[in-house]
Amino acid sequence: MYSVADLKKGLKITLDGDPYLVIAFDFTKPGKGQALYRTKMRNMINGTILDRTYRSGETFEPASLDERQMEYLYKEGSHYHFMDQQTYDQVIMEEETLGDSKNYLLENLKVDVLLFGEKAIGVTLPNFVNLRVTQTDPWAKGDTSGNDSKPATVETGYVLRVPPFIEEGELITIDTRTGEYSTRVKG
Amino acid sequence: MSFMRLTNLRLRAKIMLAVRSFFDDRGFLEVETPLRIPANAPEEHINPFESEKWFLHTSPEMCMKRLLSRGYGNIYQICHCWRSSERGTRHLPEFTMLEWYRAKGDYHDLMRDCEELLKWLAKGDWTEAGNELPNNIRAAFGNVAEQISVEEAFDRYASMGMQTAMHRGVFDEIMVTLIEPSLPRNRPVILKDYPAEMAALARLKQGDPTVAERFELYVNGLELANGFSELIDPTEQRERFMEANCRRSQAGVPTLPLPEPFLGDLATMQPAAGIALGVDRLVMLLCGAERIDEVVSFTPEEL
Repeated sequence: MYSVADLKKGLKITLDGDPYLVIAFDFTKPGKGQALYRTKMRNMINGTILDRTYRSGETFEPASLDERQMEYLYKEGSHYHFMDQQTYDQVIMEEETLGDSKNYLLENLKVDVLLFGEKAIGVTLPNFVNLRVTQTDPWAKGDTSGNDSKPATVETGYVLRVPPFIEEGELITIDTRTGEYSTRVKG
Repeated sequence: MSFMRLTNLRLRAKIMLAVRSFFDDRGFLEVETPLRIPANAPEEHINPFESEKWFLHTSPEMCMKRLLSRGYGNIYQICHCWRSSERGTRHLPEFTMLEWYRAKGDYHDLMRDCEELLKWLAKGDWTEAGNELPNNIRAAFGNVAEQISVEEAFDRYASMGMQTAMHRGVFDEIMVTLIEPSLPRNRPVILKDYPAEMAALARLKQGDPTVAERFELYVNGLELANGFSELIDPTEQRERFMEANCRRSQAGVPTLPLPEPFLGDLATMQPAAGIALGVDRLVMLLCGAERIDEVVSFTPEEL
């Protein structure tokens, strides 16, 4: 159980059955009045932002969150299947919940799945993933148009900007935090 | 130390000089009273730090009013004060207070002082310290103050009247979430006539005992000062302290000793009005600082 004195940015609490992340917090006290704790929280499942004001003496349930390494198996419609390699437990995540993370999910990729009780609510990806380019226009040698990048599609269907010299079939490294091209994997 | 913080501290020193010359020009005597005292004024929501059975003062008002009762005229003090468990973007447990008293005056005199002090500061040349006073702040300090009664503020900015809010116990929440963010920012705002229950040491308003002659000064939405016409009836003052202790005990917080010498001296005190202004917040406004941390040499976390 947390008290208002534990409130700080980054605290995870359970509210009305959902996990919330405290994203902003301030102590305030109107002249001669009581101490008030103004918080802004983000619902960790649907992303809605909530403003709440608490008084001293109020308490919170911690959000029991668990992170487990799992392997991405396959996609079925908008459902993404993951499996814990130790226990063989499987979880399903909606495309909407995954957000941009879906751009980097290649079968057998190991990710950290964030669980709220039994429910998977997010994944933490490796900072860099290697993906193969499936489509990009060829670079005409001697092109002096000055274009320093061109679009390319990788095997997950994700489209990003790459340097002109990248060719179809090449393996590239992508920074999953920014979604940008990082480097070419040689060989 | 970052460059900004050094700039702010330079500006702070200049502001302190300007504040002192403001009061000096008006014939106020600067006083120093003990910071460690046997008893503060017991208030429901202010918690003092203990110091070997005594306390660090939460404001200099006990000793300053005793000076008034001994016949001192207009006095002011700039000193550190301590309030336990108060830490936020605009709160430090140890902070600097400017407190002044108008002998024979009432809260209207203090409102005038506030306006004149702000104007005085708005005229100051702060560029020397490396800061150009932003135009919006110059206006917030220099324009004529708008006076709004607390009741009017509830009618204007909240969905509920002041008395209803008091009955439902949500006065503070509404003040912080609905009223304070809506207050005009292009001029100082004086929010006046607080509910009688919310003024432990203030005189009740002549002709309307449901409210006290108390006001808060807001500049650019920031609560800067709290002033009132002093209650000088020792019997009523004692009862209010006992009520505050009663509410503290109901809320499960320790009760506090009564300041007996103060209550004794109150019998000989003439009418007066006093006000406390948060110096760190004043500096925040003039520096354009978002956090109180930016205008002090050390925060408790840095010690």
